[in-house]
Amino acid sequence: MTMLEVRDLHANVQGREILKGLTLTVNPGEVHAIMGPNGSGKSTLAHVLAGRPGYEVTQGQVIYQGRDLLTLSPEERAREGVFLAFQYPIEVPGVSNVYFLKAAANAIRKHRGLPELDAMDFLALCKEKAALVELPEELTRRAVNEGFSGGEKKRNEIFQMAVLDPALAVLDETDSGLDIDALRIVASGVNKLRSPQRAMILVTHYQRLLDYIVPDFVHVLADGRIVTSGGKELAQELEAKGYAWLEKEPAPAASR
Amino acid sequence: MSTVEPAAPDATTPAPAPAAAPSAVEVRETQREASRRDEIAPWLVALEALRRKGEPEWLAAQRDDATARFARLGFPTTRDEAWRQTSVAALARTRFDNATRGALDDALESMPAFRFGGAFAGREAVFVNGRFMPELSSLGKLARVRVRPLRQVLADDPDALCGLIGAAADDDKHPFLALNLAAFQDGAVVEVPERYTVHGPIHLLFISTGGAASHPRVLIGLNRNSQATVVESYVSPRGAHSFCNAATEVLLGDGAVLDHVRLQAESEKAYHVATTATRVSRSATYRSHALTLGAALSRHDLGVRLEGEGADVELHGLFVSDDAQLHDTHSKLDHVAPHGTSREVYKGVLGGRARGVKNGLIVVRPGAQKTDAQQQSRNLLLSREALVHATPQLLIHADDVKCKHGATTGQIEDAPLFYLRSRGLDEEAARALLVWAFAADVVSKLKVAPVRESVERFLRERLPAAGAVPGTRA
Ligand SMILES: Nc1ncnc2c1ncn2[C@@H]1O[C@H](COP(=O)(O)OP(=O)(O)OP(=O)(O)O)[C@@H](O)[C@H]1O
Ligand SMILES: [Mg+2]
Repeated sequence: MTMLEVRDLHANVQGREILKGLTLTVNPGEVHAIMGPNGSGKSTLAHVLAGRPGYEVTQGQVIYQGRDLLTLSPEERAREGVFLAFQYPIEVPGVSNVYFLKAAANAIRKHRGLPELDAMDFLALCKEKAALVELPEELTRRAVNEGFSGGEKKRNEIFQMAVLDPALAVLDETDSGLDIDALRIVASGVNKLRSPQRAMILVTHYQRLLDYIVPDFVHVLADGRIVTSGGKELAQELEAKGYAWLEKEPAPAASR
Repeated sequence: MSTVEPAAPDATTPAPAPAAAPSAVEVRETQREASRRDEIAPWLVALEALRRKGEPEWLAAQRDDATARFARLGFPTTRDEAWRQTSVAALARTRFDNATRGALDDALESMPAFRFGGAFAGREAVFVNGRFMPELSSLGKLARVRVRPLRQVLADDPDALCGLIGAAADDDKHPFLALNLAAFQDGAVVEVPERYTVHGPIHLLFISTGGAASHPRVLIGLNRNSQATVVESYVSPRGAHSFCNAATEVLLGDGAVLDHVRLQAESEKAYHVATTATRVSRSATYRSHALTLGAALSRHDLGVRLEGEGADVELHGLFVSDDAQLHDTHSKLDHVAPHGTSREVYKGVLGGRARGVKNGLIVVRPGAQKTDAQQQSRNLLLSREALVHATPQLLIHADDVKCKHGATTGQIEDAPLFYLRSRGLDEEAARALLVWAFAADVVSKLKVAPVRESVERFLRERLPAAGAVPGTRA
């Protein structure tokens, strides 16, 4: 079954149309990179997929594992296996990271008919997954993202992803704000999470990330549409030439 | 309990001679005056009945003054600045009787819940409707600390409290405080000797029962360099229409340290009015934790005078209001001496049609240089109908000071709510967790574990999706 099928998606944010007919198909096991200029709608797509209130879909469809994704609440999407690593992870003072994650993991497990994890099992799971992105254990006990550095926040997102074990992960600029060592660590964590059952969408501005996480497909999003798609070489071409040359090319059949 | 009917016109009073037609304003004033007199008349009768023979003269004189003051002031109305948002009209019209035996039984039945699982055994004084209950109290573990019923102190040593009652609480303008002084029957006197550290918190438990009015009075004195934790809790059985009008005075000697916890968890139908007045001497530390959870109407006046150099004060407050509850706190930090530090953080969580009032005043007197005062009021509204009035005020008469205040009121923010939901928590659970988180820093400052746990339990029960809220030790 197809993991995700986005067809002619139009979405408004605060009454302004940001996505203007976006089409994208993702199969299990695939990694898709989405690149594109600032403000082109990459995060908007990510938020629409995660179900953020206020992002209004005016046209088109999103089919996730054979179901209409757009009718589901954000929490139902999460429980069905959709995960968004935020471009700007939110600080939640007063809520401990592990506590919140345990509640989330158990909500998801319950939905999947799995027994809830007790505190001991959960801590063991956290230990294992924190090691994956070399997130200091001390951070897992602190309040969610509070006082975390930019890089720590990004690592925390991947740590959460590892614990929640999604089927479709959307990583919105997980690489930005990371120094080269941190990038390597995070990329290796993400690579370990690649599997034939899991699909990933990586939003990024930089070829750099794609040196470590090699995508199966690269798409360019400009002005709310995918304007061109290709293999991993497309990313190198973009790195060399920028986005300007694309504006002169006709949009491929993918849009509309 | 019964409501007083508006008094019938007194037939024996001659009608005033017809003069020039009074203006509309005059008519309104006269009507107000008449209704004020009607309002307090039954209270004055009740006060008369409470009069005891054989009280020391100084106290009888203080009581006379207080009664006269109460009669002059009457109950406050919403035209009084300090009571603008809080109407006590319904309270003033309610007539409270002495507790019936049945109500007392209710209280006794609820005792286990009020007792924090026996956590304070050996250091606990229990009062029912303002009277000490020796058979319910247990004061065996107190060693050199004296915790005595006020009435007993007055009997044993009639002059011991002369000059102490009213030493901190100034009832010039506060009718309820005057009423307390005029009416109190009993209360607690806690005295800690010099350089003595009390291990384990002292618990003063005040139980009100349905239909009863009580005016408990507490006096806490910490002598030089002593340390103690005192918990006052005010409770009433579910559904009890009680009125508790409490006054607590705290006197801290040089270098003394008091952790003062106040838990108000009375019935959803209760009226609770209270004053806490504290004087802090040189290098002494006063930490107040006020948790306001219960009552239909609750008003707390919390006043602290930093009288000695280097006094250090922290006020932590949380009120959680729902349905039609009204929670009003007026705090006043009065910096009199130099080098004083005060930190105040009050948080309110309001749902339903709840009303909250948080008035915070910082005064820095002319001599109080190098004062460092910060005050914060933060409020979280969980419904559209809930409303909070947060008014910070600064009155600064010294030039070399640091003062900051702020008040914020908001709803649960969309971004964290979405973040939590995007991880799989349902909306209710996510909201509950965010409310919990909002209250968490005030709650976590409570060092007295049984009280902290009971507040956590309360929050967990109150919040709709309790499942998402951490256990006592997550
Ligand atoms: N919550 C919002 N309110 C108003 N406008 C928004 C909101 N979110 C996004 N926009 C607007 O939508 C457009 C697309 O934003 P989006 O964040 O999707 O871009 P992006 O491709 O992720 O950009 P970047 O590379 O800078 O992250 C921008 O013009 C942005 O200002
Ligand atoms: Mg973006």
